Amino acid sequence: MSTSRERTDDAMLHPEMLAGVDPDAIIREGHRLDHAEGTSKPLRPAPEPQPRGAKVRGNRPIDQQEAAARFIAATEHEKMHDERLWDLRQKRDREMHGIPEWEELRSLASAIKEHTLTHLDEYLLEFEANARSNGIHVHWARDAAEHNQIVHGILRDHGATSLIKSKSMLTEECGFRHYMASVGIDVIETDLGERIQQLDNEDPSHVVVPAVHKLRTDVAGVFSRTIGTDPGNTDVHYLAEAQREATRPLILNADAGMTGANFVVAETGTFVVCTNEGNADLSANVPKLHIASIGIEKIIPRLEHLAVLVRLLSRSALGSLMTQYTSHFRGPRAGGEMHVVLVDNGRSARLGLDEFWTSLKCIRCGACMNTCPVYRRSGGLSYGATYSGPIGLIIDPTFNARKYSNLPFASSLNGSCTNVCPVKINIHEQIYAWRRVLVNQHEVPLVKKAAMKAAGALLSRPAAYRAAIATADTALAHLPRFVIYNGLNAWGKHREVPHPPKQTFHSWYHANRGAKQ
Amino acid sequence: MRIGLFIPCFIDAVFPEVGVATLELLERFGHEVVYPRDQTCCGQPMANAGFNAECADTEALFVRNFSGFDYVVSPSGSCVHHVRDNFDAIEQTDEVKEVRARTFELVEFLHDIQKVDAFPWARFPHRVGLHNSCGTLRRLKHARPSELHEPFFSKPIDLLSKVDGIEFVRPARPDECCGFGGTFSVFEEVVSTKMGYDKVSDHAQAGAEYIVSADSSCLMHQRGCAERIGVPLKFIHIAQILNGASA
Repeated sequence: MSTSRERTDDAMLHPEMLAGVDPDAIIREGHRLDHAEGTSKPLRPAPEPQPRGAKVRGNRPIDQQEAAARFIAATEHEKMHDERLWDLRQKRDREMHGIPEWEELRSLASAIKEHTLTHLDEYLLEFEANARSNGIHVHWARDAAEHNQIVHGILRDHGATSLIKSKSMLTEECGFRHYMASVGIDVIETDLGERIQQLDNEDPSHVVVPAVHKLRTDVAGVFSRTIGTDPGNTDVHYLAEAQREATRPLILNADAGMTGANFVVAETGTFVVCTNEGNADLSANVPKLHIASIGIEKIIPRLEHLAVLVRLLSRSALGSLMTQYTSHFRGPRAGGEMHVVLVDNGRSARLGLDEFWTSLKCIRCGACMNTCPVYRRSGGLSYGATYSGPIGLIIDPTFNARKYSNLPFASSLNGSCTNVCPVKINIHEQIYAWRRVLVNQHEVPLVKKAAMKAAGALLSRPAAYRAAIATADTALAHLPRFVIYNGLNAWGKHREVPHPPKQTFHSWYHANRGAKQ
Repeated sequence: MRIGLFIPCFIDAVFPEVGVATLELLERFGHEVVYPRDQTCCGQPMANAGFNAECADTEALFVRNFSGFDYVVSPSGSCVHHVRDNFDAIEQTDEVKEVRARTFELVEFLHDIQKVDAFPWARFPHRVGLHNSCGTLRRLKHARPSELHEPFFSKPIDLLSKVDGIEFVRPARPDECCGFGGTFSVFEEVVSTKMGYDKVSDHAQAGAEYIVSADSSCLMHQRGCAERIGVPLKFIHIAQILNGASA
């Protein structure tokens, strides 16, 4: 699904209808006072530059903390991002309280997904047979490369050189746009947020609101560079309308359209796409050729199961009752062609991981990201991976354990993610479990290992431990070395160190209750 | 009852007054409270960092220290969570399982086992903001977290409400993590301290004089953050208020 703006209704208006929305406009007797504005408009400092994401250096572990620190240093961006996503979390809570059977729905959704995942082969084959009888071409892709080649093959067969697509995390996983660029096919994202990210040559930072880390001044900068808008005009309606005008002809002239899918129904051989901008419907229906790229975990057995999942999806994601569009695709139009590419790309391997297979239940609502206090303050691009936030921490290491070895440590293990998850993935427990796995696979720095070994040795020897923290002062010198592996330096950078008390509890007890033992 | 008092390392070294308050409070209810001298830690710092094998000896020592008590009580939610829910680096013998099952966090013990109905010695005429640590809130289930559609309950508020003169303030994000998170506090120190700044500012804006919590580790972090940015808040462990501390 995709939503980068809530006020879709305003974006449907002609710009002249929106003339009154400029908060700085001074209106006298129905006319705007331009000369007054010219003399009284406050001088604005240059907008805060957008902090960029994690530095990606091949296979080297992503330093999420470094990128997060830069995001936090960009105070306007961090504040907007934190408040915007917290607002989504609050709206989600409001919708939750409107549904008495909310927790029951979550249990049902989880059960539907777990049942399907444990019978995945049967339901996929059922879908394939039913989809074929609906006239859909069904393809199977083992990995990202196969997916990209299959789609390229379909486009080549039709002589297609331009493709309009709606938002899809799977195609991000597959590096699809880069591949298409390399074979000379123009890809145009039609989701507004995703289009902003494409024009800025940046990955989406969130699974639902891909440009949420950008201020409107950032968007004005991107649009002025790429589609020629006025760089000083940061009015959101102006910017959205300019993008509509720029993208509409590309959509009308595209050779092929691509969507993802939120759900795939085995019994009917159909699939469902949820959006708020209607862009998936344009992508699917304007050109004669429609290709849908779908991860194999998106399948559900029957149409009735959709009733559970659709009630949870948008409420969890944006705190809205439903997405504006919930489109069912049943087969090609007269004279058209419809292809579905079912993609594994590591999913079957993940299904075989005892501690982590339930991460495949994810319906990509983004609720865990919205509630995550670390994500809200770091920005999604700090994770340097396709999936960011809590769900990213437990999925990304399955793609590359070394590159994403730091990510499971970018969590305070607070557990809010698990509680908001509409399909009840035990996200924080999986983060904890990944830490063990990564340590066992030696994907954690040796210095950390040495410190932890030393801590374990000291803490299991009472005499040595007591000697190390004999007095409160020496305790403060030694304690953090084992409580927190790299000492007081990191602790004290941005907060004060604890004040040493006169004596430890241990010595107090000895002095005051000593006779007892 | 014969109670083993588990005082985690940082309370021993940095917040001895919390240990004293816990001991005195349990003694007020007539329990025989024993502090095993050879105790060190529960193993959580290593386990949370993913080094489970490295905490095996520490966990074994914990069991040797705390075997045979009716209950083991500690004024630290996250440590109790580790013992109760993650303490699996050593073989799970009957003795180990017994110690784990008998280990309780102080608020749980007072609320669920002791079922305290009054703290006649306690008076705390101040405005407090309650900080439920994530370990007590979402693992030990001290209270209903805001994410869930379940009836409201809060064991720490039940207990604190029995204290004369106390007044609660409600921050805008009552159960947002404060950013301590054990090794997270140094591994991601910038994010951790930003979360801490936001947390203490939220409580201050709600009008709190004190932040009260069942976890000294969160308070240690929050105090460090508040002092750095000049937020004039005071911090106190729930054991101290329930034991009759007046400020």
